[in-house]
Amino acid sequence: MDFRPTGEQRLLRQSVREFAETELAPGVMVRDEAQSFPLSLLPKLGGLGLMGIQFPERYGGAALEAVDYCICIEELARVDPAIALSVAAHNGLASAHIHLFGTEAQRGRHLAPLARGRHLGAWALTESNAGSDAGSLRTTARRVEGGWRLNGSKTFTTHASLAGTFVVMAVSDAARGARGISAFIIERDTPGLVPGRKENKLGMRASDTAGLALDDCFVPADQLLGETGRGFIDAMRVLDAGRIGIAALAVGLAQGACEAARRHATQREQFGHPIASFQAIQFKLADMATRIEAARWLTYRAAWLKDRGRVTTRESAMAKLFASETAVRVAEEGVQIHGGYGFVKDYPAEKFFRDVKLTTIGEGTSEIQRLIIARQYLDADA
Amino acid sequence: MKIAVCVKQVVTREWPLRVDEARTWVEDRDASFEMNEPDAYALEEALRLREQHGGEVVVCSAGPARAAQVVREALARGADRAIRVEGGGLAAADAAMVAEALAAAMRDEQFELVLTGLQSDDQGFAQTGVVLAELLGIPHATIIMEVQVADGRLRVKRELEGGWFQWVSMPTPALLTIQSGINQLRYATLKGIMAAKRKEVRVVEAAADLVPRQEILEIRVPEKTKQTHMIAGSPSEAAAELVKVLREEARVI
Repeated sequence: MDFRPTGEQRLLRQSVREFAETELAPGVMVRDEAQSFPLSLLPKLGGLGLMGIQFPERYGGAALEAVDYCICIEELARVDPAIALSVAAHNGLASAHIHLFGTEAQRGRHLAPLARGRHLGAWALTESNAGSDAGSLRTTARRVEGGWRLNGSKTFTTHASLAGTFVVMAVSDAARGARGISAFIIERDTPGLVPGRKENKLGMRASDTAGLALDDCFVPADQLLGETGRGFIDAMRVLDAGRIGIAALAVGLAQGACEAARRHATQREQFGHPIASFQAIQFKLADMATRIEAARWLTYRAAWLKDRGRVTTRESAMAKLFASETAVRVAEEGVQIHGGYGFVKDYPAEKFFRDVKLTTIGEGTSEIQRLIIARQYLDADA
Repeated sequence: MKIAVCVKQVVTREWPLRVDEARTWVEDRDASFEMNEPDAYALEEALRLREQHGGEVVVCSAGPARAAQVVREALARGADRAIRVEGGGLAAADAAMVAEALAAAMRDEQFELVLTGLQSDDQGFAQTGVVLAELLGIPHATIIMEVQVADGRLRVKRELEGGWFQWVSMPTPALLTIQSGINQLRYATLKGIMAAKRKEVRVVEAAADLVPRQEILEIRVPEKTKQTHMIAGSPSEAAAELVKVLREEARVI
């Protein structure tokens, strides 16, 4: 067992941190207020390699491992969780789905531009009546000559208004339930693919979230992703890995919130002393730092197992559950330590507190993670 | 163009400095380290020259084993290969000793251009590059703001005092010490970090007969002193007195 980061991992953290502090930090609140993900960030993120972190070099990726991926997402989230979310959704959902289950031709044609950061990827699973109950999709895919016709609508799709490539899950055989769902790759500007209303969100406001309508949208046969009827099962595999990304995001966000609280506590004086000299504040900081450390290692272990080719359903769910709930708590204590200053937008605590709530909801709520963990736990000892 | 860049590993600026027990160096056992800042600009300048004129960039460093990290960083940012002189005694060595260690490892390479940072963030001698040029038997120019290469010659812009600059034309091979901030540093990209693993690093043991030319007797943290001098009188009298004090005692205006 070796808990030390490699030389490359230390360098990676240093480089992404430098990038985040230089390129992302100055515009954090501007992007949040404007609810905009500036597309001018794409060449910068792509230039560093952040748009194709784990994909092979032949598709323009950086070929890093899952632990390295966590480090990247963590360092982005420490500065701007919304950008980290966009990067995680781009890498971990749409692109990962094409990489995992696409054909060689599909990877070359659809993954390479994503991995190089030419445009964003969107992954459309959720519908208004199919959230946690993702199996009850209503969007349909009807087989027609030369391909498929898709009809229906998606909600809460990250990058729906900005993406260049979409991966859409739809029911191709209603009689077969979860085994009757297929995945499709759809490029932007395809007739019948209509981005819907952009959501006005509590947090993660710089990351685009919108609806998506499919209005008799024709998808050629060679853009069916994976086998017919395997779309939902494949999507669950994608989420196993995606959840590690959200866990890493939560760890990084918590780290940023904790550092901001520490900074404030050492500078803010009350009763003639920095408030960090009071035990009430020290205990908070000690608990925050300890929980973050535990969440980080749970996350790295899930990633480490993934790197060794293991199915990490249980570990991913545990990491996501623990890291996100830890982050919510840390962000809340961060506001508390800031007192009144935590309630205003001039200090970073307020934004961390708003952004963090996504982490216990997106890519499976905490309740769903508990169900997954319980199922695995009960089955394992049966 | 065959370019060498010399980089040094120094304690990061964020590290809280404490004098060690012997009082001759700083406590750096658990410190985090980084590439000396002017050296990072020298590396960037070398990478830009390679992009314009072709050739290769070889990063050279003399230090203890931990200096491998800055060598790795330089390779990740784009250097082609590395020469690393390893020696425990090099951590706090003086400029002459570091230059001798570097010169021995670099001499046979016949570099056309050697770049170093202007000075190091720790000891700040601004001598290593100059001494190295002498040992390699090549001309040098210091505090360089801009480098132009044409017809096998260099045209370089030196920073002088008081906002003055000087353009110097010189032959190659040559050594230049580079000023901080003259270009925009690139990031080590994810691919660059991975590619660095596959690049050649030649590790050379520092010669056993290297000896320091100077000895640090003691390091002291400057004592803070603060004397407040209240000036009494009406505002106009006090202002006149303040100007007099600033001019004659503090000598700042």
